[in-house]
Amino acid sequence: MCGIVGLYLKNQKLESDLGALFAPMLEAMTDRGPDSAGFAVYGDEYASGIKLTLQGDAAMDWEALAKRFESTLGPVDGWFTNADVGVFKLGVDERFALAWLAENAPEVRVLSAGQSIEILKGVGLPNDVAERYGLAGMKGSHAIGHTRMATESAVTLEGSHPFSTGLDLCLVHNGSLSNHNWLRSKLKRAGISFKTDNDSEVAAGYLTWRMAKGDSLTQALKGALNDLDGFFTFTVGTQDGFAVVRDPIACKPAVIAETDDYVVMASEYRALAKLPGIDKARVWEPEPGKIYVWERSVANVEAA
Amino acid sequence: MTTYDLSTDSLRALNQALHEEEISAREWRITHPDGAHNIACGVNDALCIDIDGHVGYYCAGMNQKAQITIHGNAGVGVAENMMSGCVRIKGDASQSAGATAHGGLLVIEGNASARCGISMKGVDIVVKGNIGPMSAFMGQAGNLVVCGDAGEALGDSLYEVHIYVKGEVASLGADCVQKEMRQEHVDELAQLLSRAGLDDDPASFKRYGSARELYNFKVDNATAY
Repeated sequence: MCGIVGLYLKNQKLESDLGALFAPMLEAMTDRGPDSAGFAVYGDEYASGIKLTLQGDAAMDWEALAKRFESTLGPVDGWFTNADVGVFKLGVDERFALAWLAENAPEVRVLSAGQSIEILKGVGLPNDVAERYGLAGMKGSHAIGHTRMATESAVTLEGSHPFSTGLDLCLVHNGSLSNHNWLRSKLKRAGISFKTDNDSEVAAGYLTWRMAKGDSLTQALKGALNDLDGFFTFTVGTQDGFAVVRDPIACKPAVIAETDDYVVMASEYRALAKLPGIDKARVWEPEPGKIYVWERSVANVEAA
Repeated sequence: MTTYDLSTDSLRALNQALHEEEISAREWRITHPDGAHNIACGVNDALCIDIDGHVGYYCAGMNQKAQITIHGNAGVGVAENMMSGCVRIKGDASQSAGATAHGGLLVIEGNASARCGISMKGVDIVVKGNIGPMSAFMGQAGNLVVCGDAGEALGDSLYEVHIYVKGEVASLGADCVQKEMRQEHVDELAQLLSRAGLDDDPASFKRYGSARELYNFKVDNATAY
């Protein structure tokens, strides 16, 4: 089943309330996905390097890692911990940072990399995962979340959404893909790396691949409609964008609502019912095979 | 008038109250539905129920006799398997509205999404706006009236449903064809529009139905069933 939610703020004044608005949406989708949950929050932008969200086991010494970064890799512009996660702002190129981590700290999992994205996810009830990382107190411009009922791969942290395969890009998925093995091997040959056998990660990798070749988010999603076979409602986040797309059969549900202050999507209206101003929002069901994109408050709908 | 506020009262208690054998209140108002699923399912009495807001899945499912009005949008499968009575949605309906419904009248004043009237078995469905793709798929009996446009693959693998569309049809499904609009059909449609409270001109609609050319219509294949 799975539940997905996304909130994209158009009114910057609401950015300090992002987590408070978003956490109840995630929790409202518990019935659709009680085994694990995750979310990506876009905010706290760091423009002069790379921001990494790293996850380690309980014994992880984040301070020691910060010192090792500084002594061997380059300047650390700031770091903090959040439960079992460490967030590092490094004044180096992302490729060097990721290669260094793989070589020197292979026990650390990279949950996200980019300038504003932070992905936090784990096994357990959505409310437990949200509380573990203090979602309700987070600030930012947009957030995307997922509550998982696993079908295509094991219930693990790695198998939970959102999936990120490129800088600041992440994807959540309700559905299942049937051509993901073939597509994964094709994308691997094109240089995209995958951490799991999960079908949704392939969809994220596909978008990363298209956008690395110069596609816009809309163009990449158009390609996805042609090349991905299966059921899907996707919600996608980029550094300054937010998109929703459903496959042409559209078995998997989605509702979008828009006001002057925000655009919001969820698998079910229940997740939106408590938002301020929802009673005056334009509420609609995204049409099959249509791409809905918002980028820096410019609304843009294109038929596939 | 009995009012249930779903922000404080439980949905299970509401549905239980609607299923009591002896119900004295005939008029019901349900507030703050907030997209909850299964509101007013399985009602089997001539009650008048108003729901103030958007509802979730399967609202008014299996309805018999009751007049249920949703003052908002409806989620998946509204009035699915309805037997009789009337369900009216003031807003839009999600996919599979009126699925497998045997009787009664379903009126959607906004648009209906994909698979409206899928496998319908005798219900009359009137949609003031547009309907999505694959509507009336395998429809067996009843009428589907659309005052707006219809999406792709309308009436695929149809049996005996009468489909009337005023606007454009994106494409017809397998074995669905446009048919002549005879006086009996104009009369039937006029009555359906009147029951739904709409004043569209029946002469401005086109009729679609089954060409009865598929495998299951061939007597030579009867032994296969």
